[in-house]
Amino acid sequence: MSVSLSANEAAEAPVEHQAKRYAGLTAETWFRILAPTVIGVLALLGWEAVVRINEIPPYLLPGPVSVFQTLIREWPSLSVSLLITLQITFAALFVAAALGLLLSVLFAQSRIIEMSLFPYAVILQVTPVVAIAPLIIIWVDDIRIALLICAWIVAFFPILSNTTLGLNSADHNLTDLFRLYRASRWQVLRYLRLPTAMPYFLAGLRISGGLALIGAIVAEFVAGTGGRASGLAYRILEAGYQLQIPKMFAALVLVSLTGIAIFLAMSLISHLCLRHWHESAMKERR
Amino acid sequence: MTPPPAVVSLEGVTKRYANGTLAVRGVDLTVARGDFVSLLGPSGCGKSTVLRMMAGLIPPSSGRVEMAGGGETGDIGFVFQEPTLAPWSTALKNVMLPLRLAGMARAEAERRAAAALASVGLAGFEKSYPRGLSGGMRMRVSIARALVTKPRLLLMDEPFAALDEITRHRLNNDLLTLWQAERFTAVFVTHSVFESVYLSRRIVVMAARPGRVVEDLAVDAPYPRGEVFRTSADYAAHCRDISAALSRAMGE
Repeated sequence: MSVSLSANEAAEAPVEHQAKRYAGLTAETWFRILAPTVIGVLALLGWEAVVRINEIPPYLLPGPVSVFQTLIREWPSLSVSLLITLQITFAALFVAAALGLLLSVLFAQSRIIEMSLFPYAVILQVTPVVAIAPLIIIWVDDIRIALLICAWIVAFFPILSNTTLGLNSADHNLTDLFRLYRASRWQVLRYLRLPTAMPYFLAGLRISGGLALIGAIVAEFVAGTGGRASGLAYRILEAGYQLQIPKMFAALVLVSLTGIAIFLAMSLISHLCLRHWHESAMKERR
Repeated sequence: MTPPPAVVSLEGVTKRYANGTLAVRGVDLTVARGDFVSLLGPSGCGKSTVLRMMAGLIPPSSGRVEMAGGGETGDIGFVFQEPTLAPWSTALKNVMLPLRLAGMARAEAERRAAAALASVGLAGFEKSYPRGLSGGMRMRVSIARALVTKPRLLLMDEPFAALDEITRHRLNNDLLTLWQAERFTAVFVTHSVFESVYLSRRIVVMAARPGRVVEDLAVDAPYPRGEVFRTSADYAAHCRDISAALSRAMGE
C-alpha cells in the first residue's frame, strides 16, 4: 500500500481563473481604468465649458486648459518645489516606517514597554500637527529637519499601531506549534510574528504615505514664507498672495497627483509582498 | 510476554484552568510504544486537554505526565484540527519549519521535507502556497510537517473533522499506511465512533463534567485495514460496542 493523492482532493484545489486579455489586461481591468477616466474627462470638459460660457475671470476660477498651460510654463520652479516636498515626504515616511517597525517589535517583546510608551504615541497622534508645527519650527534651526519632524509625527502612528496589532495577531495554534518545537524568542519573531504582521505593516504604510505628504504640506504652510523652504505648499501660498490663481491650481494639481502616485506606489509594494498568500492581494477566484 | 514499554503516561492527572473550569480529573493513561490509541468522547470531555498535556503545551494542575526519554525536541508531532499552516510559506517551507527551528542546514532540511511531502502523496506540490491547496491537501501538508522530524509520538486533535467523508476515508487509510511504515505511536482525538474503530487498536472513552476516562476498549482486528474491514460484521460489532460505551459515558 502506498500513499497517493486522490483525484477528488486534487480537483478541489482552487484554480486561478484565466480571463481573456486585451493588450495584456483583462476586460475587468480595462473597465476599472476607463470608467473613472471617462468621468474625469467629462468633468474637465464641463469645467472648461462653464468657465468659457460664463466668462469667469482666471483670478476667480481658471479653466483646466489655463491650469495646464500654467503647469507647463511654471514647470521649472514647480518641479524644484515638487522635488523638495517629495524629499521631505519620503524621508519622513522612511523614518516613520523604520521607527514604527522597530518600536512595535520592542512593544511585542515586552508588555511593560508597550504599556509605558503606547499612551505617548497616542498623544503624539491626537495632537494636531498644525498646533505643534510652529514650536518645532522655532526649536529646530534647520527648516528641512523641522518639516521632516512634522511630517513624521503624522505618518508615524498608523505604522506603529498597525504593526503592533499585527505582531500580536499570530495564530494561537501556530504559536503552540512553535512552543512544541521549543523555538527561541528570536525564531518566533522571525518566522511567525513578523510574517503575520506584514499585511498590517503594509496597510499602515499605505495610510502613512498619504499622511506624510499631508504633514509635509501642512508644516510648509505653517513655516510660510519665513523660511528658506520652497516646497509646493510655499508655491501655493506665494501664488495666493500674488493672485496668480492658475499657478495656485497648478501647484494643487501637483500635490494631488503626488498623493495619488504615493498611494499607487504603496499599493504596488503591498501587492508584490502579499500576492502569494494574503486574501487582500489574491486574484479573482472561480 | 512483557507489555511494550510506555511512550507517554499520565498518573492521576487533573487540569483546572485559570478561569476555574475543571477540564479533566484523575486521569490515568499509559500509551504503549507503537500503539494506535483514540481518545473518544463528547465535546467538553477534556480529550484535547489530555492531548495538549501529553505534548507538554499545558502543564497539569496536579498529577504527573511523563514522556519516555524525557521528550526531546522533535520527539512529538502534533496535528491540529485546522491545518495550521503558515500562509506566507510554500508547502515545502511549511514542512521544513520544525527542522529549521532545530537549526538544521537548509539543504538537508529541504531534502527531508520534500521526502515527507512525497510520503503523504504531495510530490510536485512543494512550491504551492496553502491558498492553492484543497482542505485535504492542506491537512496532508500538516501531517508531513508533524512527521518530518521522525517523531516517536504523533498527537492528532480531530484532524479530519472539517473534511468531507470521501477525503476523510482516504486520509484515514493513508494515515494507517504511514503509521505502519514509520512505526510511530499515535494518539488520535475524535468524536466519531466509526473513525476511532477503523483506525485504532485501543479506544479510550471519556465523559464530560468533569472530563475523565470511563472505559478502555481494544479493537482486535488485524492491520492493514481497508474497505474489507470497513464493511465487515466485525467492524459493525465494534462500532456497536463503542457506541454503547459512549452512550453510557454520556448518560451518567
